[in-house]
Amino acid sequence: MSEVLVLVEHVDGEIKKVTFELLTAARALGEPSAVVVGTSGTAAKLKESLAQYGAEKVYVAESDDATGYLVTPKVDVLAALVGAKSPVAVLVAATADGKEVAGRLAARTGSGLLVDAVGLEGEGGVTAVQSIFGGAFTVKSQATTGTPVVSVRPGGVEAAEASGAAAEEVVEVPATDAAKATRITGVEPIVGGDRPELTEASIVVSGGRGVGAAEKFDVVEKLADSLGAAVGASRAAVDSGYYPAQFQVGQTGKTVSPQLYVALGISGAIQHRAGMQTSKTIVAVNKDAEAPIFEIADFGVVGDLFAVAPQLTDEVAKRKG
Amino acid sequence: MPNIVVLVKQVPDTYSERKLSDSDHTLDRESADAVLDEINERAVEEALLIKEAQGGEVTVLSVGPDRATEAIRKALSMGADKALHVSDEALHGSCVIQTSKVIAAAIGKVDSVDLVIAGNEATDGRSGAVPAILAELLGYPQLTHARKVEIDGTSIKVTRETDEGLTHLEASLPAVVSVGEKINEPRYPSFKGIMAAKKKPVQTLTIADLGIDAGSVGLGSATSKVVEVAPKPPRAAGQRVEDEGDGGSRIAEYLVGQKII
Ligand SMILES: Cc1cc2nc3c(=O)[nH]c(=O)nc-3n(C[C@H](O)[C@H](O)[C@H](O)COP(=O)(O)OP(=O)(O)OC[C@H]3O[C@@H](n4cnc5c(N)ncnc54)[C@H](O)[C@@H]3O)c2cc1C
Ligand SMILES: Nc1ncnc2c1ncn2[C@@H]1O[C@H](COP(=O)(O)O)[C@@H](O)[C@H]1O
Repeated sequence: MSEVLVLVEHVDGEIKKVTFELLTAARALGEPSAVVVGTSGTAAKLKESLAQYGAEKVYVAESDDATGYLVTPKVDVLAALVGAKSPVAVLVAATADGKEVAGRLAARTGSGLLVDAVGLEGEGGVTAVQSIFGGAFTVKSQATTGTPVVSVRPGGVEAAEASGAAAEEVVEVPATDAAKATRITGVEPIVGGDRPELTEASIVVSGGRGVGAAEKFDVVEKLADSLGAAVGASRAAVDSGYYPAQFQVGQTGKTVSPQLYVALGISGAIQHRAGMQTSKTIVAVNKDAEAPIFEIADFGVVGDLFAVAPQLTDEVAKRKG
Repeated sequence: MPNIVVLVKQVPDTYSERKLSDSDHTLDRESADAVLDEINERAVEEALLIKEAQGGEVTVLSVGPDRATEAIRKALSMGADKALHVSDEALHGSCVIQTSKVIAAAIGKVDSVDLVIAGNEATDGRSGAVPAILAELLGYPQLTHARKVEIDGTSIKVTRETDEGLTHLEASLPAVVSVGEKINEPRYPSFKGIMAAKKKPVQTLTIADLGIDAGSVGLGSATSKVVEVAPKPPRAAGQRVEDEGDGGSRIAEYLVGQKII
């Protein structure tokens, strides 16, 4: 069986969940080979988890340049592997970095670029399943040339374990051409809290402008915590400074598709809906009976979120006992 | 005095219904209202801020159908100096890579470019890859998803903001920058700006003008093809109740009924 390259996303010696989703998706196409680009010693820490999700091979590309420059070291490594191994496809996460890696790699290797897939099919060539315009259309597409390079949306595929050999093979990180590259001079990572990742959570509770103030956002957080949910926000809430930008749900924020989405004080503008309308169940609380969010809510309460949400939080706590 | 090219794209207004054409699965650009993509207003704004501080010239570049002139005029009315518009029937159905090649060729038509500024992600295709692909094709450094841009002589510093947090970047010019949603608040065109924009030069180019062969662009030679399209049925509204002091409990009952809690 031919191999499928999977670019591993990792921070501080830990693999991001999306990588397990990519390894799972890769198994529909061939044998997954994980590609680790990082500083020396990185792959050793990641190997075991990669094996647990079916990586047959682990390409180890380690050097100082690997983390000293933006995007291009990963492209350099993947391009060399595409040349040497002729994989059936290359999968990367559809994150900010991943989308850029995928684009450059496709351009450099003369390959077809398939963006933001939510699924992959291996029958009759590599087919990417995409959900576009906020889930209004499901599209299937294929590359017409080269090695298909696919970016896969975090949370798009469900990760499933499978054991792999994770045989290591060291590969070179090509030297960086400093004139064409961008140096990374510092990083300020977001310190994740105890709540689940927005794109990974099975329940998301979001607050909008109706929350009214940053100090009051704890009404959203408390409900989220009682449900074990992630917290999201509308763009109006982010723009008003109620909640940080990385929690924005919608057209220009994250796309989420949880089992349950709870919208508190969110009007349901089309751009917000674009990021959440594929949720399994939608519950909305809004004091305006005409708010468009009710057009897509499975269960809506016309009322004040400051009365309804705390009561719901208590009810959930009671049931948990 | 940086010479700046700002890349703008006309997109279907996200407020209107967006569709794919039945015949060839490309974006149905006729069915929806078209607007200058909001992120590109921020790209134009950033270029104007740099120009106001350091001088130089701002050229708007767009690849798209004739109608894209509206988006170009908007950018000019905000204060950009001139524009290039690549418009050609042959471009219909082009993929991201082909489009990037056309943009790169058009950038080559502008004298001594120091900086290319784009949006980080278009609201229609959401590929979020054109700026990086351009950097690849032009051999420029990419400083993408910018929240802050500082230019000092021939060096550039950018604070990149993504879900990972902030990354501080440095490179030398010429470079490609893409801006994020939180970088600035775009100005509204003034009446004077709108009047002045009517007289600003807009050069229209075909792909032949760029030395590109018609056979290498468009649907027929795109690097990817759509093999199937299925519209999702719209969601229907469910139950809606007034809160009579029991709103929270009623949601809880509903969730229990759905076996969610
Ligand atoms: C290109 C583009 C991209 C965009 N991208 C996004 C995006 O990614 N995400 C996004 O969310 N938006 C996005 N928007 C913005 C979008 O159009 C809306 O402006 C935004 O979603 C509104 O947020 P909101 O619902 O919180 O605010 P509002 O529309 O102001 O709604 C607030 C709601 O709260 C209700 N309310 C007030 N007080 C209470 C209370 N005490 N109890 C209950 N209800 C109350 C009100 O009735 C109202 O319905 C985008 C817009 C554009 C043009
Ligand atoms: N056809 C185009 N003409 C001009 N600029 C474009 C075009 N397509 C994309 N861009 C630029 O690239 C950015 C990112 O687009 P994308 O990579 O398609 O998500 C946009 O915000 C524009 O600045």
